[in-house]
Amino acid sequence: MARKFLSGDEAFAEGIRLAKPDVISAYPITPQTIVVERLSEMVENGSLDSEFIHVESEHSALSCAMGASASGVRAFTATSSQGLLYMAECLYYASGGRFPIVMMNANRSTALPWNIYGDQRDSLSQLDSGWIQAYAENAQEALDLALMSFRIAEHRDVSTPFMINLDGFILTHTYEEVNIPDRADADRFLEPYETENRLDLNEPKNMAFSAGPDYNYIFKYKEHQGMLGAVPVIKETEEKFAEIFGRKYTGLTDTYLTEDADYIIITLGTIAGLCRETADRLRAEGKKAGVVRIRYMRPFPADEIAEAVKNAKAVAVLEKDISFGNEGAVFTNVNSALLTAGVKIPSYNFIGGLGGRNISASDIEEIFEKTENGTEKVTFIGIGVDEK
Amino acid sequence: MKEILWLGRGGQGAFTAARLLGAAFSAKESGNSALAFPSFGPERRGAPVRAFTKLDTREISDRSETEKADYIVVLDETLYSDSLTDLLKPDGKIIVNSGKPGEDRIITSDAESLASELRLPTVNTVMLGILSAVSGVVSEEDIFRAVEGYMPEKIREKNKLAVHRAYGEAL
Repeated sequence: MARKFLSGDEAFAEGIRLAKPDVISAYPITPQTIVVERLSEMVENGSLDSEFIHVESEHSALSCAMGASASGVRAFTATSSQGLLYMAECLYYASGGRFPIVMMNANRSTALPWNIYGDQRDSLSQLDSGWIQAYAENAQEALDLALMSFRIAEHRDVSTPFMINLDGFILTHTYEEVNIPDRADADRFLEPYETENRLDLNEPKNMAFSAGPDYNYIFKYKEHQGMLGAVPVIKETEEKFAEIFGRKYTGLTDTYLTEDADYIIITLGTIAGLCRETADRLRAEGKKAGVVRIRYMRPFPADEIAEAVKNAKAVAVLEKDISFGNEGAVFTNVNSALLTAGVKIPSYNFIGGLGGRNISASDIEEIFEKTENGTEKVTFIGIGVDEK
Repeated sequence: MKEILWLGRGGQGAFTAARLLGAAFSAKESGNSALAFPSFGPERRGAPVRAFTKLDTREISDRSETEKADYIVVLDETLYSDSLTDLLKPDGKIIVNSGKPGEDRIITSDAESLASELRLPTVNTVMLGILSAVSGVVSEEDIFRAVEGYMPEKIREKNKLAVHRAYGEAL
């Protein structure tokens, strides 16, 4: 095991190197570019034996990964923002075809206005595309997810593509120390991909076909079951990961001081760290604050969230997203979970960080305060009077 | 937590210095943690840039930009202004690449002369050496290891010499 001081993008590329995809289809877009640059260097210097294919667009990047996966090999690609939106058509093809492709998405705002900074509107707009969606908080988790994702996606009970989200710049471009596993341990953790869902001259079969009304819905039902099947596989995978690498992960959510908390922020991505620090500070003042970090948006941790917040007095959902005319998508998902579980507490939605706008410690304190005192259903944090 | 704000111009290597410091500090002890990041966005040669290093003996989970720094390191004298003291913590200090005398909380060093004597195109590692000597957050040897791990081979020796000389002059 080596310890290195790397950016989120570089750490993630190290995870992909250890996962040994057979095919990497690459199209650069800020702030993802460093991932495919590093991978191309690794292929060039021989530390990674992959077919590295430069494609002409994101639509082609995912199409290429699908072609590779359909031939029975491990495939990886990466994108961000407009690139993800451009390949949206292919997202549904990949999940419907049950191709366990892994894709890294650097969370970045969507145009217009044009902006390269981080928010989560790109990936959250694709919650229904049939992809597993994980959100990393730091570079180590990003690297570890790179390795775990293939094992989860390729599991026979899952066979579902996997999108790993890294907050643009705040995670992709921030340097920190990471542990890079040894090749032998990585190989012990992740075996080569084997599947029957592939083009095979000896056993020809129909793939990527059309299905009329009678059968189409059965495929969709099975797709749903595959996604749900990821829940126990994520657990097993994390147990195996902890056994080999010694780092423990906590499934679909990561809770902090929620057991006795009165007020809880539910969020995802890097901002969870500042929420935890703020919770610590409020606790020192006698206020019982807690944090739920959603690690997986799909499959959605409805039960885990309801369980974590059931004794709280109120919850806030902080997200870098807005579904115009309604509320943030994460808020909608959380409210559905609470309602279904019979957890009757007030919930408030805080929208922040759009287009990379900074979320400060004082913003988080204000969220806790407003959650305690009650506020509007949806609040854009930090919008000044003259901006309204 | 110690927070360092680096001010420079595009091409001066302010972020490289921020990153080397983070690497040196986190490699020093197993419990150490560091974050280093630039002010995000398009890069332009000559435009003012900021970079940040955060150092702590426990995990750092606040990734927001530093609002109050322990040290502000100014690589280009023209970026200095008196109002920078507003960005300092109570005991904070500003280190400026300047031939003029320092005062009170402002430490000056003629990094430009040392860099040109060593035929270095920029002052970033000289300023890193001065910061380390003044702050004591890392030793000369810690930085040498970071230079060896994260700088291209052909410029390592020169930059190690810059750190060494800067250390000597600052102390």
